[in-house]
Amino acid sequence: MPRVGLFIPCYIDQFYPDVGLATLEVLEQHGCEVDYPAAQTCCGQPMANTGCTDAAVPLAERMINVFAPYDYVVAPSGSCVAMVREHYTDLLPLTNKLQEFQAKTFELCEFLTDVLKVDSISGSFPYKVGVHQSCHGLRELRLARSSETVGDDFDKARQLLKSLDGISFAELTRTDECCGFGGTFAVHEEAVSCMMGRDRLADHRAAGTEVLTAGDMSCLMHLNGLNQRHAQPFPVMHIAQILAGRQPEGITPVNSTDGSVA
Amino acid sequence: MAGHAQLADKFVANEERAQWHDKSLWFVRHKRDNISHSIPEWETLRETASQVKLHTVAHLAQYLEEFETNAKKLGVTVHWASNAAEHNEIVLSILQEHNVKRVVKSKSMLTEECHLNPHLEAAGMEVVDTDLGERIVQLRKEPPSHIVLPAIHIKKEEVGEVFHEHLGTEAGASDPGYLTEAARQHLRENFLAADAGITGVNFGIASTGGIVVCTNEGNADLGTALPNLHIACMGIEKLIPSPDHLSLYTRLLARSATGQPITTYTSHFHGPKPGGEMHIVLVDNGRSDILGSDDFRRSLSCIRCGACMNTCPVYRRSGGHSYQSTVPGPIGSILGPSQNAKEHSSLPFACSLCGSCTDVCPVKIDLHHQLLTWRKEIYVRGLLPFSKTFPMKVMSKVFQRPGLYAFGGKVARKALRLMPRWMIYNPLNGWGRQRDLPEAPKESFRDLYKKRKK
Repeated sequence: MPRVGLFIPCYIDQFYPDVGLATLEVLEQHGCEVDYPAAQTCCGQPMANTGCTDAAVPLAERMINVFAPYDYVVAPSGSCVAMVREHYTDLLPLTNKLQEFQAKTFELCEFLTDVLKVDSISGSFPYKVGVHQSCHGLRELRLARSSETVGDDFDKARQLLKSLDGISFAELTRTDECCGFGGTFAVHEEAVSCMMGRDRLADHRAAGTEVLTAGDMSCLMHLNGLNQRHAQPFPVMHIAQILAGRQPEGITPVNSTDGSVA
Repeated sequence: MAGHAQLADKFVANEERAQWHDKSLWFVRHKRDNISHSIPEWETLRETASQVKLHTVAHLAQYLEEFETNAKKLGVTVHWASNAAEHNEIVLSILQEHNVKRVVKSKSMLTEECHLNPHLEAAGMEVVDTDLGERIVQLRKEPPSHIVLPAIHIKKEEVGEVFHEHLGTEAGASDPGYLTEAARQHLRENFLAADAGITGVNFGIASTGGIVVCTNEGNADLGTALPNLHIACMGIEKLIPSPDHLSLYTRLLARSATGQPITTYTSHFHGPKPGGEMHIVLVDNGRSDILGSDDFRRSLSCIRCGACMNTCPVYRRSGGHSYQSTVPGPIGSILGPSQNAKEHSSLPFACSLCGSCTDVCPVKIDLHHQLLTWRKEIYVRGLLPFSKTFPMKVMSKVFQRPGLYAFGGKVARKALRLMPRWMIYNPLNGWGRQRDLPEAPKESFRDLYKKRKK
């Protein structure tokens, strides 16, 4: 039984505790022994992305030590995992300890598909789902083929979601454009950030998205924040919540009422 | 000086225009996707093109000497300029030696970078940009907003206005066919009257000493075929080793730039025309500094296709002028600070780090990683404002103490639950102007986890 250290991003810990619980449940359902080390805080991404690398270094060092005892480290966030795997080498000397940490750290969906070799997830989710590709998951971790690159199609999140009963997908005009969150970018470049988010939401609305999901709660926090100011916001759910069997709040499944599909 | 965010704010404030700008450029990005996806070996082409550029840049001194030697053999006069001022002086002195009064110029971002036009105009010369988009912005007395589509920010009605004023077209005209024909007649007069033609250079070929200029309008050909004097201005990074490598770039350039299989005119200049004179000015202007930097060297591979601008969600919504840099967008946000970090300190932050530029780049420049590295450089050089550094330092201190972090989180969540809405959504809350904050739960995940374990 693989021993997994649960890496819960700081803002998920504080604002979206159920996403953490759902991640824990999914991992346990697939036979992992999961532990959440409470000494973890933040991976240091906001500091590093602002350029303040000296403020990020002690946090990166802390992460490595906190997660040293585990076989694997799994996080419900492509962005935080990308920080560890792709950018810790910009902050710290390349030691064996760092390399080991990077090699054993995974985003939830890729851990399920690549390490645990999960083919399908049982359950029902009778909604038209809009999948938001978070950029760091997409273009740093390569969890799916990005629309710019040429090659065989793959998408680890959809691969898992598509086995759920009743699920369908909203097909967007711009399949994987950035939502505009971008960490501190969301505040420092507020005008562009919010326009990007509004445009993503408009694309989802036009495509008939009933439930919006993503592998990164940060993108969803930004999109939902904008959506809440809209007259008829659609619910957002982290992919871990869907995989753990949660159902959206405030809407009824279309298929169960009159059988029509939105 | 206003930074990118302030200028972008103004651009976005005109929502209709910003939407139109975004959609125009997305149309080009979409065309690029269609045509690049029709080439199964696209990723191999990119990788090879990237390797050849990295190799060339690593041996730049050797290839530059080879290029100079071979160009001279073809009868070309080769000049070297270490900076913009030297470049402008060299071009001016060549023109003055030939008693030139009227110059036609095809598109060259290098001459924009060096501000050549005002220098020549101050010496009493008439300089006419002959690329249609360049001519439009020249008549409007503003810089290009895009390196491939210089007038992409201007609507056809506005072109009608500027042509009515300068070229005498009918007032209120906006028909592209009519306006293009008017521009064609106007430019033809200038081609016929010119004493000299200036062009940029897309590729310099070291093993032959020849240059290649790519245009869609044939204006470089017209501008060099009629006058007897041709001056080509070339950044030292434009070299490729041999003609064998050329097809890599001509295949990638037009597809990445506009979604065309090839530019309409791919013109090869190997020496002056009979009875004419050809000069090549090789310009450094900061490129050697970039060459010396391990972090930013790869930005010298850029072939100026503009694909990173077309794909950049920030560029599309903020417009080229918001970058206040000759080359805007992702690549410009690397090159700008390389030229002057203080002046362009906001550019590396005009980026959500989405990485689309890196995936679209035909020569595989790791654009968004270089932008991230520039942010660190801006901080290290003390150019990042206190308002950005201070919160990061405080957050770091808190995150280094898990107990303090958990306690702080609890207090903040409680405050968010108890405070009235008007107090939370105050003018200082940059998040809350257009977005709701997430609902603050009573218990954090760590609280729930502790309970679950019991």
